[in-house]
Amino acid sequence: MESGNVAWILVSAALVLFMTPGLAFFYGGMDRSRNVLNMLMMNFYCVLVVPIVWVVIGYSLAQVPFDNGFIGGFDAVMLKGIGLDDNGGSLATIAYLGMFAAITPALISGAVADRMKFSAWAIFVPVWSLIVYVPVFKWVFGGWLGQRGSLDFAGGTAIHVNAGIAALAAVLVLGKRRGWPQEGHPPHSMPLVMIGTGILWFGWFGFNAGSALAANGQAVQAFMNTFLAAAAGGLAWVLVEWKRDGHPTNLGAASGIVAGLVAITPAAGYVSGASPIWIGLLAGVICSYTVRAKVRFGFDDSLDVVGVHFAGGLVGSLLIGFFANPAFFGGEFREGLFYGGSLRLLGEQALANGVAIVWSFGLTYAIMVVLKRTMGVRVDPEVEANGLDLELHGETAYHGGGLH
Amino acid sequence: MKLITAVVKPFKLDEVKAALRSAGVVGMTVTEVRGFGRQGGHTETYRGAEYQIDFVPKCKLELVVEDADADRLVDVLVEGARTGKIGDGKVWVANIETLVRIRTGESGPDAV
Repeated sequence: MESGNVAWILVSAALVLFMTPGLAFFYGGMDRSRNVLNMLMMNFYCVLVVPIVWVVIGYSLAQVPFDNGFIGGFDAVMLKGIGLDDNGGSLATIAYLGMFAAITPALISGAVADRMKFSAWAIFVPVWSLIVYVPVFKWVFGGWLGQRGSLDFAGGTAIHVNAGIAALAAVLVLGKRRGWPQEGHPPHSMPLVMIGTGILWFGWFGFNAGSALAANGQAVQAFMNTFLAAAAGGLAWVLVEWKRDGHPTNLGAASGIVAGLVAITPAAGYVSGASPIWIGLLAGVICSYTVRAKVRFGFDDSLDVVGVHFAGGLVGSLLIGFFANPAFFGGEFREGLFYGGSLRLLGEQALANGVAIVWSFGLTYAIMVVLKRTMGVRVDPEVEANGLDLELHGETAYHGGGLH
Repeated sequence: MKLITAVVKPFKLDEVKAALRSAGVVGMTVTEVRGFGRQGGHTETYRGAEYQIDFVPKCKLELVVEDADADRLVDVLVEGARTGKIGDGKVWVANIETLVRIRTGESGPDAV
């Protein structure tokens, strides 16, 4: 691999690592002050355990051998056989993909906030990574779903739809927080949410533009798309709520930015021109409504992982079926409907997401049920009332006050 | 001696403090508090969901004064804290039996 490409992958990997603390603050600010440290720890735990799981067995199962469409094997266990003969390109790519593996289960933490036992989370994360994330990753990126022609540039299906639907399955087993939805659970620190949003946006350039796995034109276009879709998503959400609810809120801007970023993720290397603006706008508007589904259908997805990541990921992935523009990239993938393509690409997108949804929902539900029946997944009501920070971690975020 | 306690709007605190100082007050204690009265609370909207915030932030002032000064200082305080809108707060006065300045051991009005 050329040195320029290796350099860009290394920088991108560091950018993606930074997204996990960004996500921690994004979620942590939305959480209540007595549970913020638990939220941070659930996220940071993912960057403690997943890199090790990834190197020990995850990468091998997810990628090697490349020609098996369903699952890899044990050939690259513990990085066996990975040398520096390609100028470090393989090793850089494995590190880069490890960052994705780490943030994906972290996304789920927002749904289970305020009530999940940390010990159960500690088991859930590595198990989920291996039996849900790894297979879906394999199928989508180079496996049977990818070979059929479905497109997922940086992980709309493999990461956001996957984690988003897993979040739904997890909260269905876990149950609602005490007092939800009658009792409000407003964010305890909006500034923290905004810092987290800024870090996420910054890191997302590595997530999307890095997924070209080269410092080339496709990376540049993915960078531009990431820039525009996030802006359009934030703008759309703020305008909707300004009209609908009366105020342009910080949380609306933050949520819209993330919705736009999620939606452009699968499409970043396949769309061009004004397409990212349309994708961002649509994601912002749609997600500003899908976050309301939890109250209507009665599932307590605390911080809207389903409403933002699942819905946004699905919107972006399906919009590839309309906006994909292979001529612009000189790439070998199908055209979207707006560029003279047939319904075939949209069909493949629907199939890939459908498969990911069924697999992820079913197995996540099963993992949670097994954990519930063995060690239990939910803290005692008293722990929930006193706050997880003090009860589970023996720490307090803000000394000297706070009635939250 | 009297204990004057007032709950006022936080943004009026500096004005009240300045007015009381001009009127000869040499010390007071301020606490950030939350509560509701006729003003009730307010609503905040997060991701389209409205939350009723019942307890609004206020500042509580406490100062111990000599009997003869109490009425005059209450007037000063009320004047300084008033906006004329709902939520301006309240002032109340109570008798104090004992007051001691810890550093010197002085007690009674000498300690004010």
